[in-house]
Amino acid sequence: MRAAIVVFPGINRERDMAIALERATGHKPRLVWHKETALDGIDLVVLPGGFSHGDYLRCGAMAAQAPIMAAIRTHAERGGHVMGVCNGFQILTEAGLLPGALLRNASLRFLSQDCHLRVERADTAFACHYQSGQVFRAPMAHGDGNYFADDDTLDRLEGEGLVAFRYATPEGTIDRAANLNGSARNIAGIYASNLRVLGLMPHPEDLVDPLMGGTDGKPLFDGLTQALAAA
Amino acid sequence: MAKKINQALAREFGLSADEYQRVLDIMGRTPSLTELGVFSVMWSEHCSYKSSRVWLKTLPTKAPWVIHGPGENAGVVDIGDGMAAVFKMESHNHPSFIEPYQGAATGVGGILRDVFTMGARPVANLNALRFGDPSLPRTKRVVDGVVRGIGGYGNCVGVPTVGGEINFHPSYNGNPLVNAMTVGVLDKTRIFLSAAAGIGNPVVYVGSKTGRDGIHGATMASAEFAADSGEKRPTVQVGDPFVEKLLIEACLELMATDAIVAIQDMGAAGLTSSSVEMAGKGGVGIQLDLDAVPQRETDMTAYEMMLSESQERMLMVLRPDRQDLARAIFDKWDLDFAVIGHITDTGRIVVTHKGITEADIPLDPLAEQAPLYHRPTVETPKPASLGPVADPVGIVPALLKLIGCPDLCSRAWVTNQYDSTVGGQTVKRPGAADAAVVKLDGFNRALAITTDCTPRYVAADPEMGGMQAVAETWRNLTAVGARPLAITDNMNFGNPEKPEIMGQFAAAIRGMSKACIALDYPVVSGNVSLYNETEGKGILPTPAIGGLGVLDDAHDAIGIGLKPGMGLVLIGTIRGHLGQSLWLREIAGQEAGAPPPVDLAAERSIGDFVRGRILAGAVQACHDISDGGLLVAIAEMAMAGNTSVSLEAAPGEIAPHAWWFGEDQGCYIVSVLDPSAFIVEATVADLPTRLIGHTQASGTGGAGLKFKDGATISMQDLRAEHDRFFPEWMN
Repeated sequence: MRAAIVVFPGINRERDMAIALERATGHKPRLVWHKETALDGIDLVVLPGGFSHGDYLRCGAMAAQAPIMAAIRTHAERGGHVMGVCNGFQILTEAGLLPGALLRNASLRFLSQDCHLRVERADTAFACHYQSGQVFRAPMAHGDGNYFADDDTLDRLEGEGLVAFRYATPEGTIDRAANLNGSARNIAGIYASNLRVLGLMPHPEDLVDPLMGGTDGKPLFDGLTQALAAA
Repeated sequence: MAKKINQALAREFGLSADEYQRVLDIMGRTPSLTELGVFSVMWSEHCSYKSSRVWLKTLPTKAPWVIHGPGENAGVVDIGDGMAAVFKMESHNHPSFIEPYQGAATGVGGILRDVFTMGARPVANLNALRFGDPSLPRTKRVVDGVVRGIGGYGNCVGVPTVGGEINFHPSYNGNPLVNAMTVGVLDKTRIFLSAAAGIGNPVVYVGSKTGRDGIHGATMASAEFAADSGEKRPTVQVGDPFVEKLLIEACLELMATDAIVAIQDMGAAGLTSSSVEMAGKGGVGIQLDLDAVPQRETDMTAYEMMLSESQERMLMVLRPDRQDLARAIFDKWDLDFAVIGHITDTGRIVVTHKGITEADIPLDPLAEQAPLYHRPTVETPKPASLGPVADPVGIVPALLKLIGCPDLCSRAWVTNQYDSTVGGQTVKRPGAADAAVVKLDGFNRALAITTDCTPRYVAADPEMGGMQAVAETWRNLTAVGARPLAITDNMNFGNPEKPEIMGQFAAAIRGMSKACIALDYPVVSGNVSLYNETEGKGILPTPAIGGLGVLDDAHDAIGIGLKPGMGLVLIGTIRGHLGQSLWLREIAGQEAGAPPPVDLAAERSIGDFVRGRILAGAVQACHDISDGGLLVAIAEMAMAGNTSVSLEAAPGEIAPHAWWFGEDQGCYIVSVLDPSAFIVEATVADLPTRLIGHTQASGTGGAGLKFKDGATISMQDLRAEHDRFFPEWMN
């Protein structure tokens, strides 16, 4: 799998993502500056976490206008895989590649703690090393992770099986207490209709090494590496 | 609106009559407004350390692993594998009281710049915070603003905030302390310094544009607050962490080339102190053309530009043949890049603006004739030792109250607002261990970092308190298995013109020196914040210490969380010292007695033994005994590991409450699979130990702590008390 990480000014989890991808694939991903315009020969494009353009205006709004976005759009239209994590998820919604929006956390405070995610479907390149219904732990670190979409959109996402992960208790129960940022229907991550574009708020890339407290995030990268090896 | 330059104006700028006379002598004429501004900020307490320098010079600053001690932007120590750690702690107390969010945020920004200025990528932030009485609404607003400010800045720049401390005391009601610490790492052959060189070399300004914010901030930080301090708000700077992030990346990219001759951040006193210090250290002169300075406001005067403390700016001296390369890097990051002057051989700083020479000052006298005060000192009287104090409530209620009190309760509400994992190297997050542990990307090696100070001890006995603060950081680094290397100190005291305050300062330094020497643990950087008083009332003297240690292999690091099936052994001697303890304050309602004594020889031998056993893999968890004593430490270990503990009885010769809650120093609790073997080894080394309990799995709703007499405290009750304060207070 050939992976690229897009670096927008103000992004700060590109190194975490590079470490996780290198652990899984055995080689360093390509870092692509936001002013570049081509993504040739890339299987997976990752938009990492951080504060692109300082989160000024709206999280992700300015990055969504960056020169590289046309190439990302083309990559997605061709059926290429795209993953946006945290600020990357916000950029994908601002760019219209995923529906909905990420609002201020319900508590109006930044949240930096581990959460538990329930895998809603495992038949995708991203989740194929998890089981459907499995719960895994991931750190979250965001001020604007409160997923919002209108009811029709939420119904469509659920109806078409496009919810990727939901905030859950460690036992897998979906309830208010587990939904720390107040997201609609506990949604932590969603897919585009072709299941090849994923956006999620928490950071599986920060939990791929037992030394850092666990490897719950590793199956995501191992799964991608295996699924896209054939590509 | 031209101001008349005279002694009255000099006084307004914070210069004494004596100091103004010295300016006249150096200049041989009446200075211009800009020149007077330059002298006043360079000679402010904040920039000149005029009251503290004589004492700071007595601190030990050398060791074979110290690469740069005090005098550079930050201290640098060798950590092995060809790498070095760069670190410093700095206060932003005065701004944080006036405007908590921006005060704290720019405090983080400033200390980050001190570290990446030297070529290091920042890898960890910590902060030592002291606030007033929690029952005051103002305290709540300050805490909320400071926490949001630290998070707002640190989270955005992408440096994990991994540790720190928070205390409350009424002495901080009108003067909270915000001490921010940054640690960075670099290749030890690629350290950047600030001494300018190369006559004719360009002086380059990069970063944010200059505005009118923060003018005379350094002078404000050198004065006491009166009741009208709200009016000082315009002197507080406004931070932009996004620009800081770009500046970090652009500077590090440039530092990978050979373009930079010297570099210095524009911190307190902005363009003035950076240009004066760079030229002064290099023994050269500097010519600045202010028309070239990127400006964000119109009609700025030379005085305003020289004194502005606008944030996120750096000054560099470049090789002339690398100017285009440097400009291209800053263009890439959309940052201003302006050649605003050049290095001269005149030994003077000459500032021109709109064709007029606004300042022309000889640099040597500005530095060498800076005021230096041997201020009178009065020793703090030794406190009367505390007689026996009866236990008014019993052990279990006292424990529940203590672990829920503002000084000991869970900090999760605070630390959950700080990104502690960004970078992917955080081995021990806040609360998991006695020190934060952050791995070096690409190496097995890890840094251990902590900040500590017990201000109530320092107030009661400044020398012992200074010693204790240093020893506690050393102990906390040891408890994770790290080899302590060096400290940074942030000396927060009251008005140095009062002999009793200066007496506290001198004694604290004396105690710190003794500890540094005994522990081979020198001071490599630091900062002094004086005049921490509001309406004549000083803070508790607070020499906050930031300690740094190294683990050759990050896998060796251990935390405080217990696992089942272990024995708990106390190593060190508990005599039941209740003087100045939290038990005495929270349960018996007294702040009295002498602080617990520190025995530096015992500290060293016990610590070295504990570290040895940790590195041998023989210790599952370790926690030092500090605030709240033995039982609080055990409760913290039980909660962190969700594991219950059956306790052995207290020894008969010590009153039970003194045994469980005394704050005796130099003690650790270790969790070990084979307690007998550990005790035998310690006994062979002639070190005191005692078996204090055993651990068991904690079932749902099961006992957290079981006492020998049958009393129990459930894990649920422990947690409920421990977790309650911050969320209830803030929501």
